[in-house]
Amino acid sequence: MKQFEVEVKVWLKPSVFDPQGHAVHGALVSLGFEGAGEVRIGKFIQMTLEAEDEQAAARQVDEMCQKVLANPVMETYAFEIRERGQ
Amino acid sequence: MRWAVVVFPGSNCDRDAEQAIRLVTGDAVDLVWHDAEDLSAYDAIVLPGGFSYGDYLRAGAIARFSPVVRAVAREAERGKPVIGICNGFQILTEAGLLPGALLANHHLQFRCEIAKLRVETNDSPFTRLYQPGEVIRIPIAHGEGRYHAEPEVLDELRRDGRVAFRYVENPNGSVDDIAGILNARRNVLGLMPHPERAVIDWMGSEDGIRMFQSIRAHVEEGQTHA
Amino acid sequence: MREPTPEEIRDGAIYRSLGLSDSEYERVVEKLGRLPNYVEAGIFGVLWSEHCSYKSSKVHLRRFPTTGPQVLQGPGENAGVVDIGDGWAVAFKMESHNHPSAVEPYQGAATGVGGILRDIFTMGARPIAFLDSLRFGPLDDARTRYLFAQVVAGIGGYGNCVGIPTVGGEVQFSPTYRQNPLVNAMCVGILPAHGIVRGEAKGVGNPVFVVGARTGRDGIHGATFASAEDPEEKERSAVQVGDPFLGKLLMEACLELIATGAVVGIQDMGAAGLTSSSAEMASRAGGGIELVLDRVPVRETGMTPYEMMLSESQERMLVVLERGKEEVAFAIFRRYGLEVADVGRVTDDGMLRLLWHGEVVAEIPVRALVDEAPVYERPVGPPVSSKRASIPEPSHLAEAWLSLMRHPNIADKSWVYRQYDTMVRAQTALGPGMDAALVKVPDLDKAVAMATDGNARYVRLNPRKGGAIAVAEAARNVAAVGARPLAITNCLNFGNPEKPAVMRQLSDAIDGMAEACRALDTPVVSGNVSLYNESRGQDIDPTPIVGCVGVLDGIFRRMPSAPREARGLKLVILGREDDDLDGSLFAELACGEPVGDAPYLDLAAERRLHELLQRIAAERAAVAVHDVSEGGLAVAIAEMAIGAGCGASLAAPDGVRPAGWLFSEAQGRAIAAVSPDALDALLHLARALDVPARVAGEFTDAPCLEVSFAGDLVRVSLADLEEAYRTAIPSLLRQDAVDSRATL
Repeated sequence: MKQFEVEVKVWLKPSVFDPQGHAVHGALVSLGFEGAGEVRIGKFIQMTLEAEDEQAAARQVDEMCQKVLANPVMETYAFEIRERGQ
Repeated sequence: MRWAVVVFPGSNCDRDAEQAIRLVTGDAVDLVWHDAEDLSAYDAIVLPGGFSYGDYLRAGAIARFSPVVRAVAREAERGKPVIGICNGFQILTEAGLLPGALLANHHLQFRCEIAKLRVETNDSPFTRLYQPGEVIRIPIAHGEGRYHAEPEVLDELRRDGRVAFRYVENPNGSVDDIAGILNARRNVLGLMPHPERAVIDWMGSEDGIRMFQSIRAHVEEGQTHA
Repeated sequence: MREPTPEEIRDGAIYRSLGLSDSEYERVVEKLGRLPNYVEAGIFGVLWSEHCSYKSSKVHLRRFPTTGPQVLQGPGENAGVVDIGDGWAVAFKMESHNHPSAVEPYQGAATGVGGILRDIFTMGARPIAFLDSLRFGPLDDARTRYLFAQVVAGIGGYGNCVGIPTVGGEVQFSPTYRQNPLVNAMCVGILPAHGIVRGEAKGVGNPVFVVGARTGRDGIHGATFASAEDPEEKERSAVQVGDPFLGKLLMEACLELIATGAVVGIQDMGAAGLTSSSAEMASRAGGGIELVLDRVPVRETGMTPYEMMLSESQERMLVVLERGKEEVAFAIFRRYGLEVADVGRVTDDGMLRLLWHGEVVAEIPVRALVDEAPVYERPVGPPVSSKRASIPEPSHLAEAWLSLMRHPNIADKSWVYRQYDTMVRAQTALGPGMDAALVKVPDLDKAVAMATDGNARYVRLNPRKGGAIAVAEAARNVAAVGARPLAITNCLNFGNPEKPAVMRQLSDAIDGMAEACRALDTPVVSGNVSLYNESRGQDIDPTPIVGCVGVLDGIFRRMPSAPREARGLKLVILGREDDDLDGSLFAELACGEPVGDAPYLDLAAERRLHELLQRIAAERAAVAVHDVSEGGLAVAIAEMAIGAGCGASLAAPDGVRPAGWLFSEAQGRAIAAVSPDALDALLHLARALDVPARVAGEFTDAPCLEVSFAGDLVRVSLADLEEAYRTAIPSLLRQDAVDSRATL
């Protein structure tokens, strides 16, 4: 078994209004960052995972996202997996 | 008849629901812990408000994996009335027993007040004693009550008359002012407002009484909407 | 990092960084008969801090009346308890969380709420309500808006999640709090009158348990830091993070466990964590306690005894169980998924003994830590001389009226309380926005009334009278909803006690409060002192906050502050009419600073008024009653009119100065809305109790408020008053760049 470090990002789907992102966008513009475009705010989840290989780890993380970490009705996700110590 | 009020770690309106049911119907009510696997002894099931598992990750996201939610799904399948109030509504959507999802209020604040709701249908076990179009006053108290669903789902809800309640003044940015919806079979209701907080005059409204009476009347008649 | 040796602590005066002065360190050496090691010095440092020992205030606090037939538990326990009849009692207490809230407002406020919650349920009481008394600088400042928004969010974040309604409190704004906001949280719980549980480590050999969250490095030295000045210099490391979900589970589990009778003593690990809870529990039982620190569940690796003893990780309880009943407790904690660890036992040798890796790492007589903590008779400066002020008569009274309605101290606070769940538990009969909140006792036709009050302007102008007014006003609010005031709790928020002028304020305010408590038969049963509320050498205005609790028998007797249907109702002014503007908000706005004496107060008349208000409620002689407070009669009438959605017309007595009559903040007054057929009964009651009562006007169909002064008429449109009142705070808070950062 190998140890992996996993980083998952979960954020609202493009079709869903993100009031936090909207408020922060307004703040950025009023602070003078005129070029700031649409802001989306999400969650960042860090964990360690034991798995056979990277593919197996990815399979598990994907399942976690679909089942628990994200709600596909409103959220989307992405993740990165790194073998520990690499 | 016998009611179950499901208690998750972090539920906090369980006793309120129990109090309201006892007061309105005089029926037996059990508080059922989240690890219960069988609810077949009950005629009606309430998923109460609160912050199950702290609402960490997302409201209702962890509670839906409790054994009791599988039992709730089974009883719903059998046509028994299931009502999810506030956090209970959030759990029902997370569990897929109702379509859509509940997001953070558009103003990002928790909002507690007595809200005006329009009863959109009385064709359900929960609303049969109300008049369609009637405006009732029921308290709301939530931070994540903005109903969201894809356009196809919304079309279906509207077409089938499954929007049970709409806000007269939208307090949270819910799509189409939706406050409560029914499943396709009409025996599962999810709503953000709290009918159990509107059953005695000193509470400020008594408009929640008929919701519990409706459920009781439905069960007494032994009718199951197909 | 190596800990300093006892000699190094002495030679390098390292004890100073642990919160001990030179003379206090000498006292420690004398009590121990040897040099303290680092753990021991740290323990003395926190327990002898102002926050834990009350060393500057103790000699003055003794002047509070604390007894009465209604008092079941006075000060010194986790909370005070009063009898409400029919076998039931109420436990309540207020506590400050000012400094943590200045550093990290959301978590500071949230952990303040969590801490006071645990103080209540450890008494064996089921919490039924929160109230919060908040003070901030003016809202024209972005940092203040951020603090305000985050404190409110933090209170809601914790209270809403644990499922206890936040039903009342107040918010005031003044430049004096710009650098030093005040966050005082109060919790009220109910329990069977014979079911009080105390924080005592009794019964030699009984096991001691830590329950709840694991111990981390958070908040180390929070208690000493609460007593140090200047929030800006405070270390960020002291920030504690609350977990309301865990707090809720702890509450349910502890209440269930207490009901089994297995609990000997229980206490929250609040300020100074394991140190204060173990020492205080041993002290109350007059015994000792021995802890094996290797068994304390920790969140981080490599924690030292010093860190474990001083950690302020939240949501932890110290529980002493009756030997042999452990399994009962374990089963309950397991069901709630809570971690529990057997960490020691009760002894009879009077020592707080800590073992680690098989060695004794600290051994201190409990008496030395708690009972023999230093007590200071700090120098008290000369009395404040209060002069009557001459206040210019405004040219435009209607304009002045509107500007008071718009003032954030007076304006509608629903922006705040809409963010609190005010109705969970489904027992709230009167919520925020009323003179007092009213929460029903389940299954009984009885309700608990509660209110907080405190006006720093009055105390600054006349500490003694101002202190008395805080008590009078809180009790009056409770009486206004029809309830009988029973007792008070308080939070004494003052500046630096090393300054004689501050000690004078503290001493005089305590005398005034004590006097009012005696006059109104509302003893002090619990409380908290927060000193060193200062910034850059500038002390805050003295701010004693009073929380009053009362009982109402018969929920139908509840008296709202505004009628639902007002047309045709008469308006009766109860109490002595006045036109003196001393100490009023109007005078402060007119002169640019608080001026004059504190407002008029007559405690004997005040008591008669409170009795009248209870009689009016009992006999349904009025439809609504509203207390006259900040902003005077004009504001009180406007609030009733706005609540009722109805205009009103009044006549002032001949010869009064119009501005004075409208805006005087003279105490001991209320307005009753009375149906014409109940008028005689009400006036009769007032006469019988020797309370002046004058039919001053009535609600009308006109969309305005009118007051006539011997021919002159002041008229303001109800719509304008309501606009000013409702939009003031939201418009000041309109999201700006800095505010929205708060949402991250």
